[in-house]
Amino acid sequence: MTTTVPIVRQRGWARTFIRNPAGVFGLVTTVALVSCALLSIVWTPYDPVHTDVLSKWHPPSSAHLLGTDNIGRDIFSVLLAGSRVTLQVAVGSALVAAVVGVVFAALGSLTARWFREIIAVLIDILIAFPTLLIAMMLASALGGSIMVVIVAVGISFGVNVGRVSRPEIRRVSRSEFVTAGIAAGLGPVRNLTRHTLPNVAPVFIVQLSWCMAVAVLAETGLSYLGYGAPVSTPSWGRVLAELQSYIGIHPLSVVWPGLAITITVLGFNLLGDGLRDATDPRLGRPEVITA
Amino acid sequence: MIRFVITRLALLLLGLLVASALIFATLRILPGDVAQVIAGTDSTPEQVEAIRSSMGFDQPLLTQYIDWISGIVTGDLGHSMLTGASVTSQLVEKAQVTFPLTVMSLAIALIIAVPLGILSALKRRTFTGSAMSMVSQAIAAVPVVWAGMLLVVVFAVGLGWFPPQGFPRDGWDEPARALYALILPALTIGVVEGAVLLRFIRSAALEALGQDYVRTAAAKGLTRTRALITHGMPNVALTVVSVLALQIAGLLVGAVIIEQLFTLPGIGRMLVTDVGNRDLEKVQGDVLVLTGLVLVLGTVVDIVARLIDPRQREAAA
Repeated sequence: MTTTVPIVRQRGWARTFIRNPAGVFGLVTTVALVSCALLSIVWTPYDPVHTDVLSKWHPPSSAHLLGTDNIGRDIFSVLLAGSRVTLQVAVGSALVAAVVGVVFAALGSLTARWFREIIAVLIDILIAFPTLLIAMMLASALGGSIMVVIVAVGISFGVNVGRVSRPEIRRVSRSEFVTAGIAAGLGPVRNLTRHTLPNVAPVFIVQLSWCMAVAVLAETGLSYLGYGAPVSTPSWGRVLAELQSYIGIHPLSVVWPGLAITITVLGFNLLGDGLRDATDPRLGRPEVITA
Repeated sequence: MIRFVITRLALLLLGLLVASALIFATLRILPGDVAQVIAGTDSTPEQVEAIRSSMGFDQPLLTQYIDWISGIVTGDLGHSMLTGASVTSQLVEKAQVTFPLTVMSLAIALIIAVPLGILSALKRRTFTGSAMSMVSQAIAAVPVVWAGMLLVVVFAVGLGWFPPQGFPRDGWDEPARALYALILPALTIGVVEGAVLLRFIRSAALEALGQDYVRTAAAKGLTRTRALITHGMPNVALTVVSVLALQIAGLLVGAVIIEQLFTLPGIGRMLVTDVGNRDLEKVQGDVLVLTGLVLVLGTVVDIVARLIDPRQREAAA
């Protein structure tokens, strides 16, 4: 009989996580993003879509914290409202990626061996599709939208999750409690949902926080190219695109949205790193980290 | 080894075939009537139908796919639905910007990442080491378009060293000017991708530092730096090679955005225009070539990694 190390849920992973300043930074930024998004539903200092040509290009002041843009919108209000799009894209992509990842994981562990090999080859092919290209293909058929960004990031990162979790799933499905489950008469699907998936959940959660980082970058890139958020929606990527022509005269205005994006991406990345170090230090960073 | 190469090439061929089928299926099955787009909004149904049949859209999908694939084998990627221009010749023309841009970006990324990655591993317990690690983590989180804007503000608007955007009209007829126009865009992609690469190199160097043979070399009187460089480098090189394929995917994506930012007439900018025009046949060709490039380079990298790694070589024998 092969001896496999039983998977014991590590005690005190939360304590390990809290002691890691990088992970805490990630958690704080994530909470801040959620708070900004929720706050912007009920309150922003000014109407983020209200244009007022008379008050364009105000410098940062107590009235306009980050100044106003080329059409007189309050930049702080626009960024606050834009955090909603960012959060939507991040959470939406993570959900799609989770579904895609579980499907690939299930197909890669429950099916016949020859089918598993096909899935493995298919994953290697799908990984070669850059997220941005998937999104642009979808945009050329359906037109650009936030949904396109979510689906594209979700699919491409879900494939990645499927690949990264494959060895984990294989390891767990060889362990004794899964064998015990089979002996007790559990079907393959129930055994997967009851025993295997909960035990690979740490891998999934870590991967999904990195997925959110990729999603934020993808939203920026696609909205910049004009295939993400629609014109009327305040979004961080769109703001960058709109202010681009003025960087020579008002360079400070593009600093804020870029800073917001960078901090958010860094936050999700560090959150993932912190969770990985706290739950399973053996796991590596995903290979696909470009958006 | 030869068996490995043949298997890998067969997988590549399969990969290209599957990728082409996926691209075709995505673009043709999704709703969105190209014929309607070409005909315009005030067209009659008969006009739309005429365009559809002239484009071959009334044929079964499988026939259309086989037509497309058999064209590709002879180097014909189809034609633009709007201008009728050959997709192949347009890609070749635009590659004259994108290819040098990608190569320059990669060179800059390597120049930044290799020495700094090794340095930050050597100094990992010092302030410099942690600072370098944090800075690279932060730069890797910067959206490439914003990095480009900041570099334009500093080096083009502020210092006036480089043009803020554009590419000489005569292209490579004046190589110096063309090269000059590509420096700032390449620097943008190179710095951001370099920060990503740096983290891989740092962890590879850290792993090498923990190896017995590096420790032995250090015990025999070499400095840690020398021991790492003379004995640990093969391992670091292997990491660089194996992440290179994925880096190239990142570089190409970066090029799509950066060509837009700097208005460079490359493949990325053309793709953005084609997507805007809903020129499906052209998008199909563009995406296949870019994805195919990633698959081909992935295969090359796999084979090179196998060649330079004696352990893998022996495992294959």
